[in-house]
Amino acid sequence: MDAPVLALVVAGLIMVAVNAYVVLGGADFGAGVWDLLARGPRAAAQREAIAERIGPIWEANHVWLIFVVVLLFSCFPPVVAHLSVVLHIPLTVMLIGIVLRGSAFTFRAYDSTDSAVQRQWGRIFAVSSTITPVLLGMCVGALVSGALAVPTEASFVARFITPWWSAFTLTIGGLGLAVFAFLAAVYLTVEVQDAGLAEDLRAMALSAALAVGLFAALGLWFGRNTLTATTRALLTNPAAIALQLVTGAAAVTAIGALLTRRYRLARTAAVVQVSGIVWGWGLAQFPALVPGVHTIASAAAPTVTLRLVLIGVAGGMVVLVPSLWYLLRIFKAEPARAFERVDTAEHRLPE
Amino acid sequence: MSDLLAAWAQMAMSLGFHIIFAVLGIGMPLLMVLSERQWLKTRDPVWLDLTKRWSKGTAILFAVGAVSGTVLSFELGLLWPAFMEYAGAIIGMPFSLEGFAFFTEAIFLGIYLYGWQRLSARAHWWAGVAVAVSGTISGIFVVFANAWMNSPTGFRIVDGKPVDIDPIAAMLNPAAFTQSLHMTLAAFVSTGIAVAGIHAWMLRRDTSSPFHRAALKVALMIAVPASLLQVISGDLSGKFIARWQPVKLAAIERHFETTRGAPLLLGGVPDEAAGVTRHAIAVPKMLSVLAFSDPEAEVRGLNDFPREDWPPLAVVRYAFQIMVGLGGMMAFASLWVIVCWVRKREVALKRPLLTFLALLTPAGFIAVEAGWVVTEVGRQPWIIQGFMRTADAVTPMPGLVIPFTIFTVLYCFLGVIVAWLLWAQIVRVRPA
Repeated sequence: MDAPVLALVVAGLIMVAVNAYVVLGGADFGAGVWDLLARGPRAAAQREAIAERIGPIWEANHVWLIFVVVLLFSCFPPVVAHLSVVLHIPLTVMLIGIVLRGSAFTFRAYDSTDSAVQRQWGRIFAVSSTITPVLLGMCVGALVSGALAVPTEASFVARFITPWWSAFTLTIGGLGLAVFAFLAAVYLTVEVQDAGLAEDLRAMALSAALAVGLFAALGLWFGRNTLTATTRALLTNPAAIALQLVTGAAAVTAIGALLTRRYRLARTAAVVQVSGIVWGWGLAQFPALVPGVHTIASAAAPTVTLRLVLIGVAGGMVVLVPSLWYLLRIFKAEPARAFERVDTAEHRLPE
Repeated sequence: MSDLLAAWAQMAMSLGFHIIFAVLGIGMPLLMVLSERQWLKTRDPVWLDLTKRWSKGTAILFAVGAVSGTVLSFELGLLWPAFMEYAGAIIGMPFSLEGFAFFTEAIFLGIYLYGWQRLSARAHWWAGVAVAVSGTISGIFVVFANAWMNSPTGFRIVDGKPVDIDPIAAMLNPAAFTQSLHMTLAAFVSTGIAVAGIHAWMLRRDTSSPFHRAALKVALMIAVPASLLQVISGDLSGKFIARWQPVKLAAIERHFETTRGAPLLLGGVPDEAAGVTRHAIAVPKMLSVLAFSDPEAEVRGLNDFPREDWPPLAVVRYAFQIMVGLGGMMAFASLWVIVCWVRKREVALKRPLLTFLALLTPAGFIAVEAGWVVTEVGRQPWIIQGFMRTADAVTPMPGLVIPFTIFTVLYCFLGVIVAWLLWAQIVRVRPA
C-alpha cells in the first residue's frame, strides 16, 4: 500500500476503535448515569444489575480508549500534540473523571464492610460516570466545529478555553451523555432477568432516546453557524445522506422495538444508530483530523511507521479477538439465553 | 513554581504513583497462579483462601493501575506535546503493542476474577497465567519506550527533524534489554519481598498459622531468585550507562575528572564549583572494574561535559545509593533464606529472619522509586538523550501548578484508600 492509502486505513482503524469505545465503554459510563438516577422501589436492584453488568468487562472496554490514544500518537503525532495543548483543560478534567470512576467502582465492589461507605463510593462512581462523557462530548464538539484552529499567539482564554466552551460543545457534551445512557439502558433490558426491572430499564431507555433526539436537534441548531461550509457540503454528499438515513432508520427501529419490548432487536438497532452517529462525525470532518489544522495526509507518520503499526495491529488482533470473544461468551451468553426462556420474575435461574 | 517544574513534578508524581501499581500488577498475578496451582494439586483449602485473597488484591491494584496508566498515556501529550510530536512516529510501536498486551491482561483478569463459577478449574488457572504473562509483557513494552529516551536510535536528524525512521531499531534500542530486564526483575522482587514481609510479620505473632506459612513460601519462591538475579542485572545496567550515558554514571559516582583506572568513591563532600570530590574514601580502580570490567579502563568525568548538560548531582547519587543499598539488603535476605533451605530449616521458625523480612516490606518499592529517579533525573536536562531538552518539550499551557496539585491530592487520596482496603479486606481478615 502506498502512503496515502495506509494513512487512510489507519485513520479508519482509529474510527473503529472510537466506535468500539463508544459502543462498549460508553455503555459502562451510561450505566453509571443510571446508578446516579436510580429511583423507585427497585432502585437497589437497578444498581445491582448495573454493577453485575459492568464488573467483569469495564476494564477491557476501557482499553479501547487507550488504543485510540496510542494509535493517534504513533500514526498522527502532530494531532496528539495539537489536541493536548488546546484541549488541556477538558482532557484533564476527563482524566480525573476516568480515575475516580474506575477506582470508585472497584472500591465499592471490594469495600464490603459498611453499606454507608459503599454508598459513598457508589455516589462518586455515578457522578464521575456522568461528568466524563460530557467532557468527552465537548472535546468532540470542539474538534468537529473547527474551533481548534487557534493561532499560537492568541490570548489565554482564546487559546485554551473558548475553543471547547460554547453552546455547541456543551450540546454535544449532552449528546454524548444521552447516547451513553441510552446504550446502557438498552443493553441492560436484554440482560436483566426480572420483568419489573426490565420495565424500569425500558422506561429509562426511552427517556434517554428522547434526550438523544433533543440534543441532536439542539446540536444542529447551534451548529448551523459553527459548522463550516465544507462540513455542510460533506454532510450533503450521497454517502453521508445514506449514513444519515441508516442512522435515522436504526433510531426509529430502536424506539419501536423498545415500545414493543423486543429488546434484542432494540439492542442491535441502538448499536447501529450510535455507530452511525460516530461515523457521521468522522464523515463530517473528513479528511481533516483537526479541521483547519491537520488532515489525514498532512499529519501522517512516515510510511514505515504506519505499515509496522498495521502489522502490529493485525498480529495483536490474532490474540485479542479470540480473547474478547471468550470473555463475552462467558459473561454474556448465559443471561441472554436465560432471558429467552423466562420472562417473569418467578423464574430466576439458580446461581 | 515554574510551569516546567510543575509539569516535571506532575509527571514524576504520576509515574511514581503508577509504578507501584504496575509493579504489583506484574508480581501479584504470578503469586496468584502459583498459589492456585498448589490448590489444584493439593486441594488444601489454605491455598484456595490465599489465591482468593491475592486475586482480590490484584483486582483492586489493577483497577487503580489501569486508570493511572490511562492518565500517563494522556499526560505524555498534555505535558510534553513537542516530545510526542517528535517521538510519536519513532516509538509509537512499543506503545501500540503494549496496548494489545494490556488489553489481553484486562480481558483475562475479568475472566479470572468473575469466572470462578463459570470455568473449569483448569481453564480458570490458565486465565490466571494469561494475566501474569500479558501483564509482564505489557510492562516490558513500556520500558522499551522509556529505554529509547535514554538511548535514542532508529532515526537520523536532517534540518532538526527526524528522518529515516526505523521503529523496530528504535524499539530494540541499546537500553531496551538491560532496562526491561532490570524492571521486570524489580517487579518480582518488590512484590515478593513485600508479600513475604507482611506474612513474616504475621508469623512472628503466630508461627503455626498454615495460611501465613503458605503465603511466605510462595512469596519467597519469587523474591529469592529474582533478588539475586537483580544483582547481575544491575551490573549490566551499570555497564550500559558507562558506555551510553557517561554523564549519568559520572553523576552517580561523583566522578569529575576523566581518568584511567578510576577509583570508586565512598562518601566525601562534592565541590561542584571546583569540580572535585573531597574527603572521600577511594577504592582504587574499582569504578573502572565495575563500569568496564577492566581495572585500567578510562571512565569519563563530569568535567568533560558542559555544565548545562549535568543532571542534578546530589539527587541522582543519593537515589542510586538508596536503590543499591536496599537491593543489597534484599539480596542478603535471599541468601539467608537459601541457607535455611539448604540446611532444611523452616524459614517460618527463624525469628530474626522473619523480623528482617518484615522490616524489608517496603524496601522493593522504595528501591523501584529510587531507581526511576536515577533513570529519569539522571537523564536531565534531556527528555530524549542528546536530542531534545525537557524544557523544549513542555506544553505552552500556563498554570500547570493547578493540575499538579489536583493530581497530587487525588493520588494521595487513592493511595490511602488502597492501602486501607488491602489492609482491611485482605490482611486483617482472619484466615478461614
